[in-house]
Amino acid sequence: MTLDVTAPAADRRGHDRSYLVIGLVAVLATGLLALPVGALIWFASRVEPGIWPHLYDTVLGNYVVTTGLLALGVGVGVTLIGVGAAWLVAAYEFPLRRTLEWALMMPLAAPSYIVAFVYTDLLDYAGPVQSSLRTVFGWRNGADYSFPEIRSLPGAIIIITLVLYPYVYLLTRTAFLAQSRGAVEAARMQGLSARAAFWRVAMPMARPAIVVGVALALMETLNEYGTVDYFAVPVFSTGIFHVWINMGSLEGASGLALMLVGAVAVLLLLERRARADRRFADPRATRAAPARQQLPTGRAIGATLLCALPVFLGFLLPFTLLISSSWHRFDTLFSGDLARALLNSLELATLAALIVTLLSLWLAYAGRLSQAPLLRLGTRLASMGYAIPGSVLAIGILAPFAAFDNALDAMLRETFGISSGLLFSGTLFALLFGCTVRFLALGFGATEAGFERVPRSLDDAARLLGSGPMDLIRRVHWPLLRASSLTAALLVFVDTL
Amino acid sequence: MVITANAGRLADLVDADLLKGVTSEKLEAAVPAQYQDPQNRWFAITKRGRVLYASRDRIAADKTLTYEALADAEWKGRICTRPFTHSYMIDLISSMIANHGEAWTETWLNGVKANLARKPQGNDRAQIKGVAQGECDIAIGNTYYYGIMLSDPEQRPAAEAVRPVFPNQDGRGAHMNITGAGVTKHAKHTANGIKLIEFLTSPRAQEIYAAQNFEFPVVAGVATAPVIAVFGEFKEDGINVADVAAQRRAAAQMVDRAGLSS
Repeated sequence: MTLDVTAPAADRRGHDRSYLVIGLVAVLATGLLALPVGALIWFASRVEPGIWPHLYDTVLGNYVVTTGLLALGVGVGVTLIGVGAAWLVAAYEFPLRRTLEWALMMPLAAPSYIVAFVYTDLLDYAGPVQSSLRTVFGWRNGADYSFPEIRSLPGAIIIITLVLYPYVYLLTRTAFLAQSRGAVEAARMQGLSARAAFWRVAMPMARPAIVVGVALALMETLNEYGTVDYFAVPVFSTGIFHVWINMGSLEGASGLALMLVGAVAVLLLLERRARADRRFADPRATRAAPARQQLPTGRAIGATLLCALPVFLGFLLPFTLLISSSWHRFDTLFSGDLARALLNSLELATLAALIVTLLSLWLAYAGRLSQAPLLRLGTRLASMGYAIPGSVLAIGILAPFAAFDNALDAMLRETFGISSGLLFSGTLFALLFGCTVRFLALGFGATEAGFERVPRSLDDAARLLGSGPMDLIRRVHWPLLRASSLTAALLVFVDTL
Repeated sequence: MVITANAGRLADLVDADLLKGVTSEKLEAAVPAQYQDPQNRWFAITKRGRVLYASRDRIAADKTLTYEALADAEWKGRICTRPFTHSYMIDLISSMIANHGEAWTETWLNGVKANLARKPQGNDRAQIKGVAQGECDIAIGNTYYYGIMLSDPEQRPAAEAVRPVFPNQDGRGAHMNITGAGVTKHAKHTANGIKLIEFLTSPRAQEIYAAQNFEFPVVAGVATAPVIAVFGEFKEDGINVADVAAQRRAAAQMVDRAGLSS
């Protein structure tokens, strides 16, 4: 074997340069994405005296407690349904499994407030359920019986859980399927029951995916506005609008939004610390389909029913009711305005999914290559966008962009006598930027969870064999990450819609 | 130019110094003083009342109602309303503050809270349905919802179960709000903007507008659509809507103190 001593040296210089470029671009991108958070801090720092004392004396405590309970309830709910369903479809064979496997994702297609409308119509005092009960039992009015109030904190927890569990399901299922057959089988051969193998092997190995899924669901819960507003549940997101619109204090609203972002940051930080010293990759992971265990008839039917329940409650029932109440207005669906709106939505969602997925890949990869604290801080900050209510985020984006646009326009008029107009703030750019900031957490979370499953020994081996960073991601990581990236793109696409 | 619903939003634009004062004899003549900015930065193009809907079965047709009396003990457990944090409720409370001062209004608000039939929820139409279903006897709601419900076969029965009542007819009149238009500070075609607002307040445009959205024309003497005509003549609170809008922060904070924020 002959050794060419010059080539690797030149290669390494090239590699060093690409490391630098990857790192620099990543820092730049995260800096830009963190811009809205910066704008919020700027707004919040200019709050009028009197707003905080008022909030502290009246509603703040209630916001904190109610938001906390909502997050806790949804967190438990989405974990139970998401992980449970993912384990059932990944590990067992039962009737309708193939259909349920994708149907379990369907509730994600509906915004939670739509589902909330449907269930309210169904279950509130004037709805068919209570009306029939009154007729059947001869009750005259609400004083004669008690019925759980759907417009309440528990109601909101149930509705939001039904819509958001697919985040956990989708990511966890991908993780379960990527686990090698070997690990669980080895555990079984050591004498562990299927249940014990799940708790002691499969679950711990899927933990990054589960945590990312729950974190996404929680961030979505915290910025959820439609359902909590409709149910009149006093949480941060409704409080932000109350302070902004009714009290006319964008500054106070920014402060509340920052508290929300801060809470999410602390949560994510704690989680990171908890798993800082663990690795979840399995070097022997194969992409072969796992061998599913055939369940005995009774338990198989049980599994089918368990998986069908969230699909029924989160998708089939609300959509059937929606269609039945709107079928006579279907003609409006095909009117020009709605068709154009649909096309615009699809275009925006596709672009956003593409941008977010590529950017997530880039950032997660940069994070794998470099431990630079600035980069870590930047990516964390940039992923916070998901916890900020959409319209507050819009202000955080429009303010700096409009300032830039105005300055640029003024300068161009001054020197060249031409006007650039609202170059960024007045175009699709601002909207796409907003979607990217908002949904980066989705794409980044899914991609990062995918990276964590790729053992670092693969990186080391590839680099020992002379692969540069671009080579490494193209030839080693990408083939292993395709499923995660697809999940990321799908999540962003659906959420943008 | 800007066209937006709610005097409060127009007040926000004024506070941000985004509108310019315009001179137009036509607008001055057409739009009543209480529905235009004192410095002519905006003019109303349509108006609506926030009124009470009383059960036809359970409240006598000749019963006179006032906003003030909603805090009286006779209405205990009988009132339905949407959440107090909604801008329509904030505006109503603002008008009470503008008319009676903060201290009086705070006592009133707590009285109304004690009279609620259920947790404030849903939109104005849900309150009318609440009366129709027997959950409550009085609903607070905007006028146009009644027109919308009457013209929809599915919602018509609920609307027919209630009687719209303009409160305070023996006193200051019913609380009103508007949709208004103004010309932005940096507008390049101010003259055209003014022309458009003048057109929107012309009798012809007012007639079309009111028929489309079930609201009241701001210009006197315009023929009203049949659905709106059912309301008949009524007395409006003469206070300038800008003076009401100025009390919004006080009203919002009062809602928080009363434990009515959601």
